[in-house]
Amino acid sequence: MSLRVSELRVHYKTLRGDVKALDGVSFTMDDGEILGLAGESGCGKTTLGKSLIRMDGRMRHVGGTVELDGRELPIGDDRAMNDYRFHEISLIPQYSMSAMNPTRRIGRMVTELLRSRGVTLDRKELESRIGMVGLPREVLDRYPIELSGGQKQRMVMVISTLLDPALLIADEITSALDVSTQKAVAKALLGFRDGGYVKSMIFITHDLALTSHIADTVMVMYAGKLAEKAPSEKLIKAPKHPYTKLLINSLPEIGVRYEERKLAGIPGSPPSLLNPPQGCRFRDRCPLAGDECAEEPPVNEIEPNHFVACWKA
Amino acid sequence: MRQYFGRKLFIYGLTFVAAVTVNWVIPRFMPGDPVASMLARARVSQPEAVEAMRVYYTNLFGFDEPIWQQYLNFWGALFRGDFGISIYVFPVPVTDLIMGAVPYTLGLMIPAVLLSYWVGNRFGAFAARRKLLDNTVLPVGYVLTATPYMWLAVLLAWGFGVVAGWFPIAGGYSFSLTPSWSWTFFVDLLHHWALPFLSLFLVALGGWAIGMRNMIIYELESDYSNYLAALGAPAKLIRRYAYRNAILPQITGLALQLGVLVAGALVTEIVFSYPGIGSLILKAIQNQDFFLLQGSFMFIVIGVLVANFIIDIVYVLIDPRTRTGMAGAQA
Repeated sequence: MSLRVSELRVHYKTLRGDVKALDGVSFTMDDGEILGLAGESGCGKTTLGKSLIRMDGRMRHVGGTVELDGRELPIGDDRAMNDYRFHEISLIPQYSMSAMNPTRRIGRMVTELLRSRGVTLDRKELESRIGMVGLPREVLDRYPIELSGGQKQRMVMVISTLLDPALLIADEITSALDVSTQKAVAKALLGFRDGGYVKSMIFITHDLALTSHIADTVMVMYAGKLAEKAPSEKLIKAPKHPYTKLLINSLPEIGVRYEERKLAGIPGSPPSLLNPPQGCRFRDRCPLAGDECAEEPPVNEIEPNHFVACWKA
Repeated sequence: MRQYFGRKLFIYGLTFVAAVTVNWVIPRFMPGDPVASMLARARVSQPEAVEAMRVYYTNLFGFDEPIWQQYLNFWGALFRGDFGISIYVFPVPVTDLIMGAVPYTLGLMIPAVLLSYWVGNRFGAFAARRKLLDNTVLPVGYVLTATPYMWLAVLLAWGFGVVAGWFPIAGGYSFSLTPSWSWTFFVDLLHHWALPFLSLFLVALGGWAIGMRNMIIYELESDYSNYLAALGAPAKLIRRYAYRNAILPQITGLALQLGVLVAGALVTEIVFSYPGIGSLILKAIQNQDFFLLQGSFMFIVIGVLVANFIIDIVYVLIDPRTRTGMAGAQA
């Protein structure tokens, strides 16, 4: 059991009150597992990713625990958390294109970063990993501006995984890339896992189709809560939660002419997390909603490793 | 690289020609006749003598030639390093007067510019994101930077000079001393230098500190800072990177500020009767001394252009993105 998150609550402080971006999320991850984290914008997936490595100034750890390999992470304590960052938990950020200091040569930046963490750079190892993602080793002597977007992305991947972290968080890393580059990035991620450079990985995305190719397990979130979590194959083929079903239905399929069959979306938008409604949060948009949904549905394991939070499942 | 500097040099050349022309035109459009005032000073009462002197002076300064010829002569003389003869301290060459004043102005300007820049940037960077300091640096900085140079100069002269009596309030050195390479003279020089320097230094300091503080906060919010923080890099490293990137706009700011600082120094010199270019310009204007005025302005123009050119070079050295721009990319 490499990662165990239980009842994690993280709120954003705002002038109008607390935004309950994560409201009691529990899940576990095995060693070597790639967990795809999907959901609409504002469902809490990036908040979850950030909570596991570095909260920003507005975030407050309100409750719940995170355990990595049996040790509880001090996620609310920015300073104590520093020991785990990079060594144990690492991040490939959403903004890889601008993640590197524009006025330092990449090699020098990496050296300085490593030295500041008390690690001496193993240049050979670094070069071999750069080769692994298909970059020439000369990139180390270049400035970030001299690399293309895809190259920067891959360079950041190499930097983030350099210390062989137990958990890697990849936050929307394919959003800004075209389809062929997405494939290369996905391959590289799998390579890192299979090569043993990262133990487990959380892959945050809103692209369900891509997630199912990379991830072993997919977790769908809605309005700060877990909606459904299942092995990817099962989640795509036999979803149980109405929200997951609607999400999958809204994906275009190859070979279907959408002049004939209109692509279904999900009407409405997620509730405000400032004062979330009682009961099931998907109730207002759910075609199946009934009276029991006024009460909050618990997360049930309906089959081994298949968790659903819905009264109707 | 060559193309970039070629273009820069061309622009500086163009600026120089325009500045020289304006510089030549302005004194000649000032009301009044410098020769007439010289004659008045000579107190000659015989009309024939006055006439003879007028012809002599007019011919000497070249005022009898057509105006375009005067302009060309001016350029010709400029390349020979000849700024003409002062009317006000006739017959001392303008070059000599300027050379006598330059050390004082540079001695005031260079330490004031560099020190305020260095201290202001360091201090602003240090204060950014540190609550207590930030809350004091910001208002004090705003007050300082909004203060007119001469007003602060007058205030300092009054406070430390007149009331406290710690510093002399006028001159470059005591009237009882003659310039020499002695320790006494040097101390005296420093004593006179302190207040004008302080007034220039303080005003500029406020601007740099505020600018840097804002830039650092912006850089600390940037993606690369967040990434480094997420990988657990210590604040020291993140701040060092932020500082280096925040200094870039500050360098551009230095280029822009130079002109303002020069103007500020001129007025400050006048307040303290400091024997630099500023005081020289004031005297030149009061006495309609075309040549002295032209020469002094010329010195300032050349100084500002050279300083800007140096800043251009520095910028290329520290920002790799300008180097990409030189290769023709739109960076």
